[in-house]
Amino acid sequence: MSITRNQIIEYIPRLRRYARALMRGDVLAADDLVQDCLERALTRLALWQRGTDLRAWLFTILHNLYVNHVRRQSLVATVEIPGDPPIQATTAGSSPVSWLDLERALGALSPDQQEIVLMVGLEGLSYRQVAGILGVPEGTVMSRLARARAQLRRSLSGEPEASLRRIK
Amino acid sequence: MSYRTPITEPDLHAYVDAQLTDSRRREVEVYLAGHPHEAATVERDIEIRQGLHALYDPVLSESVPPPLDVRPRRLIAVGVRVAAVLAWLVLGAAGGWALKTAMAPSLDAPIVPAALDHDLVRPAAFAHQIYTTEKAHPVEVSAREEQHLVDWLSKRLRSPIRAPNLADAGFELVGGRLLPSTNRMAAQFMYQRADGARVTLYIRRGDWAGERTVFGYARHDNVGTFYWVDGELGYALSGSLSRQDLLTLSELVHRSLKS
Repeated sequence: MSITRNQIIEYIPRLRRYARALMRGDVLAADDLVQDCLERALTRLALWQRGTDLRAWLFTILHNLYVNHVRRQSLVATVEIPGDPPIQATTAGSSPVSWLDLERALGALSPDQQEIVLMVGLEGLSYRQVAGILGVPEGTVMSRLARARAQLRRSLSGEPEASLRRIK
Repeated sequence: MSYRTPITEPDLHAYVDAQLTDSRRREVEVYLAGHPHEAATVERDIEIRQGLHALYDPVLSESVPPPLDVRPRRLIAVGVRVAAVLAWLVLGAAGGWALKTAMAPSLDAPIVPAALDHDLVRPAAFAHQIYTTEKAHPVEVSAREEQHLVDWLSKRLRSPIRAPNLADAGFELVGGRLLPSTNRMAAQFMYQRADGARVTLYIRRGDWAGERTVFGYARHDNVGTFYWVDGELGYALSGSLSRQDLLTLSELVHRSLKS
């Protein structure tokens, strides 16, 4: 028990980093998500199978909570303010990526694309692990990742994004 | 140049993500050397990947905050024990809040938030409201006699206490007072910032030895309180600050008391 607990503790910073990125810097919302994740992990520790990937299990819990969060958010009517400027890179072409632009470009991805980009690119999970966490085939992970990266590149080069502004 | 199997887009992504075997990686490198357009794309993806790390890796070195929200209602529903474990878990991971293993509650250690609420958190918030709004006599003994104040309060509480130094956060000690608390005595230190904002640290002994260590946050009206128990002493830091500011200040109090 205590070994597992200590292992979970070791992953808290990584869970926080991932949640922070998903919530695009909103510390409280991100930590709420992590806290819910830890709470759920502790109450369901018995369901975790020893010897299996604890990190993937924790990220699966976090993923499920995030999906619920997104679902709840989408129930709240969001009014898009007309004239809201489209995502524009302040730098163009091959100039260095501006981190602020990157955060905005990330936010313009669909929730599932964001998760894949972050699980792979930030957390360093393998495609197979991500497929297991999301419950989709590895090929789906790859195609979503490809689409997401293509969109990130477009956003950051300042190209207009065709029909990518989603209305909730 | 020939490849074992054609280089595909998934290969390029796996190259970006360093998920290729060494031999395949070398093949991709050869391919990229001859395909500048794909190479530029890959380079951009690597840059974006590095950008994500630059943006969010600082979170890894942040100290993990104690549970930011104690959620009393939920605690009752989920079970106090889980809350205790959670509190410990989150606390235990935090550098600044690192607890000695001996202090961490075992899974079976009962925690009675109700007692803390009754004896520590509510009286602290109430005393905060009474005395921080006081113009003429906010404190009984002023900071000019700090040593006397600390000695006196330590004697009355029958436990050595200290007035933490919060100057790093811009708060100066105003002074302190002795207060009656449920069946015990309590000490209150008051601090003030240049803009007039005041926070109070409420300290008392309690019958919470079995609880050893807890940490939580409560809010009464517009007064937020972070509270914790360290050994026989309970601490409650109250103020009308944002939870995050109060948390930062709590960490400073904790550090200052430990130093």
